[in-house]
Amino acid sequence: MTYNKTILWIIACALIFLCGTYAFSQEPTVSPPTNVTAKDTPNDDGSSITVTWDAAPEDSGIIGYKILRSTDAGEFEEIGKQLEPTATQYKDSEIEKGKTHVYYVQAITDSEAIVNSQETEGVIATGQWFHTGKIQLFIAMIVLCAAILGSIYLSRNNQDVFVRRIPGLEAVDEAIGRATEMGRSILYVLGLGGVSGPATIASMTILGQVARRTADYETTLRVPCNDPIVLNVVREMVKASYLDEGRPDAYSEEDIFFLTDSQFAYAAGVDGMMLREKPAAIFLQGTFYAESLILAETGNSIGAIQIAGTDSEHQLPFLITACDYTLIGEELYAASAYLSKEPMQLGSLRGQDWGKVLIFLTIVFGVLLELFGVNWITTFLQRVG
Amino acid sequence: MKRQFPLILCFVFGVVILLTQFSPHSYSKGVYEEVLNWARIITPFALIFSTITLLQTHITRIRRQTDHWQYSFLVFVGIFIMVIIGIPFGPQHPWFEWLFNNVQLPMDATMFSLLAFFIASAAYRAFRARNVEASLLLITAVIVMLGNVPVGDLIWNTLISLTPWGDTFADGSSWMKQWILDNPNLSARRGIILGVSLGVISQSIRIILGIERSYLGGGD
Repeated sequence: MTYNKTILWIIACALIFLCGTYAFSQEPTVSPPTNVTAKDTPNDDGSSITVTWDAAPEDSGIIGYKILRSTDAGEFEEIGKQLEPTATQYKDSEIEKGKTHVYYVQAITDSEAIVNSQETEGVIATGQWFHTGKIQLFIAMIVLCAAILGSIYLSRNNQDVFVRRIPGLEAVDEAIGRATEMGRSILYVLGLGGVSGPATIASMTILGQVARRTADYETTLRVPCNDPIVLNVVREMVKASYLDEGRPDAYSEEDIFFLTDSQFAYAAGVDGMMLREKPAAIFLQGTFYAESLILAETGNSIGAIQIAGTDSEHQLPFLITACDYTLIGEELYAASAYLSKEPMQLGSLRGQDWGKVLIFLTIVFGVLLELFGVNWITTFLQRVG
Repeated sequence: MKRQFPLILCFVFGVVILLTQFSPHSYSKGVYEEVLNWARIITPFALIFSTITLLQTHITRIRRQTDHWQYSFLVFVGIFIMVIIGIPFGPQHPWFEWLFNNVQLPMDATMFSLLAFFIASAAYRAFRARNVEASLLLITAVIVMLGNVPVGDLIWNTLISLTPWGDTFADGSSWMKQWILDNPNLSARRGIILGVSLGVISQSIRIILGIERSYLGGGD
């Protein structure tokens, strides 16, 4: 009996040991990543493919993911670094254009087990011709351009386009006349912007009109430049203005010169010119940064009549404080039309105003809709921005 | 044709560059980069030309012995020293860096520091309470300045504690400053930005269509 009992005990212990060993040898069950898809990334130049998968449950035991890629049915290779367990997509930007790419996602568990997803379908990345994410911006641009173009078209032969009085531009003749009477020069500062800056282009168009008048009055016009390309364009412009006025002999190339491209060295140079030459009129038109007040205050201290204009809203308070007249923002861009009085240019100003009306109505309409919980205008405007 | 060709170029490149902003395609990006590279190529040539004009200006000043003509020699000395060190050894050379850090930077900093004095003189003129608008400006400026300096709240709290509303408006300078910056100030700035943006669009259309051509020289 004792012998049989001992055998039974041994068998029971052996069974318990085998069951325990079997149980501990089993890995916890981890589901493979599901819904793994690979798609050509939208709105790019065809240089990437985006792989997505469903998020794993929090208690899944997954500590990260790896992405494997096969190109043109070749071997699968791991790409990129191991991703966080919360990741649900990967953008592969190192693909070969024109080739088929297949992916699968590897989930890695805390016990270092690896579970592979199913392979995705083959994807070839292609570039898109139109960025669908910018469609709102495109529509806004078309509408504003249509308003301006329509106004230009309607104003072709209309001489009676009303433009409100802009004191800063009305004072241009006064400033030039004053310099002429005093027998002093006019200093025209184009700011620190390059030739591609809209404010610099606007400033150059005003300079063209100023040069016409200085050609008539035989007043010295001095233009220190900060940008080499601006210098060359300005020389050509002023020369052409003098030619148009029939005074090529009055044009002096030496008066339009390169000073320096360093911000504060330029400010020091222009300040020095102001203090030495004491110009009667100073034009500060274009893009300005911290040097704006240094220039404007020095001009103020010598008693020159100063007409400023900039689209840098941070510098506007300084220029308004220190100068006699200031063109605020859009007035700088209106200057060319205002001074030339050409109907088509004036029409573009009217178009700008229609654009403003349109924006204003959109804002009011958007606010009213927001009050009723409808927010599609807000969403539209956010995408335009 | 002398006039038409630049206008045609301007129209074509204006429209093409505009359209590239809405197209992510590699061809579109390529065109954009290529045009930017062309523009970059022009700059070094223009810089050489500009340096020559700078030297010509100062040679003329010395030759004519205009006021303070002696200072023009400093331009030649500066250019000579930087060129003989910069061209053979490059801008990373310790001598070049020493000159930049110990000559140019301090001079730039000196000019920049002048701004503090100019702000004071400009503020004095702007904040004189001559009329209603100037008085409003003065009051607003005082509030914003108080809100910006560390002792602002202390000064405000001391003054306001003398009134019956001491508890209600404690630490008022900070939130009043922020309210002014976030509401009237930001609204005005956005209004200006809106006008500027429309102005830029309008000017760009005028240039692309050749209506605005004064940048080519003259106004016609």
